[in-house]
Amino acid sequence: MNESELKATKVAKVIDARGTACPGPMLEAKRAIGECPVGSVMEVQSSDSGTIVDIQRWCKKMGHDYLGDVANDGFWSVYLLRKV
Amino acid sequence: MTDSQDKDQLLQDLLKRVEALERAAPKDQITIGVMSGDLERTMLAFIIALGATTFDIEVELVFTLRASATLRDPMKKHKNLQELEPSAIKFDLEKAGAMSLEQLIQLAAESGVRITICNLSLDLMDLERDELIDYPNITFAGVAAFIDLCSESKHCWFM
Repeated sequence: MNESELKATKVAKVIDARGTACPGPMLEAKRAIGECPVGSVMEVQSSDSGTIVDIQRWCKKMGHDYLGDVANDGFWSVYLLRKV
Repeated sequence: MTDSQDKDQLLQDLLKRVEALERAAPKDQITIGVMSGDLERTMLAFIIALGATTFDIEVELVFTLRASATLRDPMKKHKNLQELEPSAIKFDLEKAGAMSLEQLIQLAAESGVRITICNLSLDLMDLERDELIDYPNITFAGVAAFIDLCSESKHCWFM
């Protein structure tokens, strides 16, 4: 999905993991995905750009869909669709 | 249920199981985590990586902590961080007919060895991305990528 599509996506849960270093954003994503209904979108905000590749690989392994990421001022929004 | 329906069902079940196995099976790949900033360990990581490529094994080198600093290009250095330089052990590389780290890195690049750099270690080592060596296949990631690389590799070593 491109940036404007991602920004227009209805997000069920926003995780603010900004300011925490690896593995903080992954731990917060793991904890929060259980609170997102299957079929809904979660946004993980992280100031660690390593989170982008981490979430991509995590989604592939865990069976979720990685939707894309958007660079903001000093942090990234990473979007994923919970599938299982 | 007819005989042919039974067979169709069996085939479908088998296909699903084969697909699940293929997803879970490790690739012909090794992942080598490198955390030491020592010249000899860094060289060894590249030597092993190059050896593996001769077997058509895919190699992923994951650099973290001090090892990330060994990938700094001296020409692009922003700050003087002498204490973080790889230890200058004076191997007689030429006498042994051995390649320098620069030559090993060049060959690794040509052989398709991929490098992943721990993003946190850049901050810890006070490194900027534009200070690093020019390499065709560098990814910046975190611990989840390392775990995933290990889980899809037949072997995972750390040095």
